[in-house]
Amino acid sequence: MKYMQGSYPIVEKQAIAADTFSFTVRCPEVAALAKPGQFVHILPKGYGLRRPISIAGIDRATGTLRIVFAIRGKGTEALAQMNPGDDMDMIAPLGHGFTLLPEAQHVALVGGGIGVPPMLPLAKYYGERATAISGFRSFKQIILQEDFDALGAQAICCTEDGSAGAVKGFVTAPLEQLISEGLDAVYACGPMPMLRAVAEVCLRTGTWCEVSLEERMACGVGACLGCACRTKDANGEEQFLHVCKNGPVFKAEEVQW
Amino acid sequence: MADLSVNICGIDFKNPIIPASGVFGYGHEYEEFYSLSKLGGIATKGTTGKKRTGNIAPRIAETPAGMLNSVGLQNPGIDAFIEKELPYLLTKDTVILANIAGSTPEECAEVAAKLENTDVHMIELNISCPNVKQGGAAFGTSCVMAEQVTTAVRKATTKPLVVKLSPNVTSITDIAKAVEAAGADAVSLINTLLGMRIDIRTRRPVLHNNVGGLSGPAILPVAVRMIWQVANAVNIPVIGMGGVSTGEDAIELMMAGACAVQVGMACFTDPYAPVKIIDGMERFLDENNIAAARDIIGTVKPW
Repeated sequence: MKYMQGSYPIVEKQAIAADTFSFTVRCPEVAALAKPGQFVHILPKGYGLRRPISIAGIDRATGTLRIVFAIRGKGTEALAQMNPGDDMDMIAPLGHGFTLLPEAQHVALVGGGIGVPPMLPLAKYYGERATAISGFRSFKQIILQEDFDALGAQAICCTEDGSAGAVKGFVTAPLEQLISEGLDAVYACGPMPMLRAVAEVCLRTGTWCEVSLEERMACGVGACLGCACRTKDANGEEQFLHVCKNGPVFKAEEVQW
Repeated sequence: MADLSVNICGIDFKNPIIPASGVFGYGHEYEEFYSLSKLGGIATKGTTGKKRTGNIAPRIAETPAGMLNSVGLQNPGIDAFIEKELPYLLTKDTVILANIAGSTPEECAEVAAKLENTDVHMIELNISCPNVKQGGAAFGTSCVMAEQVTTAVRKATTKPLVVKLSPNVTSITDIAKAVEAAGADAVSLINTLLGMRIDIRTRRPVLHNNVGGLSGPAILPVAVRMIWQVANAVNIPVIGMGGVSTGEDAIELMMAGACAVQVGMACFTDPYAPVKIIDGMERFLDENNIAAARDIIGTVKPW
C-alpha cells in the first residue's frame, strides 16, 4: 500500500447541514492513488492525534479529493474552522477500500448519517446500477442526496422521525425490499447498530456485503495497533484486526457483531 | 556538523534517536515515509512468549497535550517475531532493541533465551506495561519483583539488557538500583503514566480497559525529572523517553542524563518526527558549537 504525508491546499469549503462540512483539497498525487472506501488522516492544528475522515470524492482530472465530516468534538471543530487557501496536513490515502464488482447489476449503498459520504465514490463507479439508501435521525441531518442523483444512482432517503424522505424508519426496510427483488452486493457505513442490522439482513439472506468501520485511531498506518476490531479468521477463531490497515472495509461475515 | 553517535553498552548508535516500543510496530509502515537506516535504533513492539490478542477497543483517547492508550501488548508471540519480523529488521542498518514482556519471570526469561541465538542487538525488558493484568507494571512497581524478573532474564541472556521502568512508583531510583543490582546493563524510562478519561455524557470511561497509559508532551517534565534522578542514582546508562517531539526536547533529556532518547506519541502527530528530531538536535549542537551529542549527556548544572 502506498501513502504519503503532506500539506495540501483547501480549494473549496461548504457547510452542507448543521455542523457538517464538505471540503475539497488539491492533492494530485493522493487523488491518483485513492480508491473508494479509503480515508485520509488529518491533523487539526494544535492537536497531537490525527482524525480519520473517509474519502467522499476522488477527481483525478482536477487532482482533488472531497471529504465530508461532522463536528464531533474539539478536533473536528478545529478542522471545520479551516478555509479555502489553508493547508490541510494529511496522511493519505489510507486503508483497505471497498471491493468493486464490475459484473454486478444492482448494488445497494447503505449509509447512516455521517456514514453516507464514503458511498459517493461507489455511486460514481456503479452509476445507475446503484441504489443509495441513506438514513438520518431527522431532516436536519440530511446530506448528499442530490449528489447521488447527479451520479445517476437512485437515492432513497429515510428519517427515523419521518420528518423528511420517502421512508419513515430505518434503512433496513428498503434494503430488505431490494434484496427480495434481487441484489448483487451491499456496501454499508454508519453507526454500529445500523451496521449490525444491515449485516444481519445480508448474512440471513446470503447477500454479499462489505461494511466500513470506525474506531479511535493513533498512527493510522497499522503500526500502533490502537484501532482494534474483533473479527473471526477462516477457522472461526477470534482475532483483533485493525481498522486503519486491515480495514476500514471488512466483509460482513468477518466481523464479530 | 556535530557527531551524533553514541555508544550504549558497547553498541554503536549512529544517532541517539529510537522510535519507542509500541508506536512503530516492526518498522514496515514507516518505511513508506523514510529509510529506517536514518534512525539510531528501533525498539520493537513488546513481544511475549505466546501470541496475545490485546484489549477490546477503544484503546486510544486524546488528552490535553497527550494521549492514553490501552493496547494490552497485542503481539504475535516471540516465535513469530523471530521468524517473520526480526530477520527483515536486521537488514535495516540500525540498532534493534527487542522489547520483551511476560506474565511471570519465567516467561520473560524464556522469551529472552529464544533471542539469544539471534543477531538482535539489545533486549529491552518491559517491567512497566500498565495495560495488562499480570506481569507488566506489577513487576515494575515493587523492588523485589523488579529484581526477581531482571535476575531471571539476566541468567537467560548475554545480550545487553535494558530494563524499562515504570513511573507509577513512589521512588523510581529504588527500582533502578534494584534492577542494576540484579544485572541490568542499562535502564530506559519513562513508560506511560497511568491515567483515565470519562465520557461525561455516557458516564463510561473512554477506554474499554477503563485505565490506560498517558504519553505525549504532557509527560515531558516528569520524564526529565525521573531521568535526572535515576542518572544520579545508578552507574549504568539511562535511555530517556517521555513526551519528546522536538530536537530541543531530546537535548533536554540528554542533559538530564539520557544517553539516547526514544520517541513515542510524536510519531503519530508527524510520522517524520524521529527524523526531524535528529535534524533538530544536530542544528542545536552546531549552533552552540558542541562537537558531539555525547558531550551533553548529564551536563545539567543543578542549582
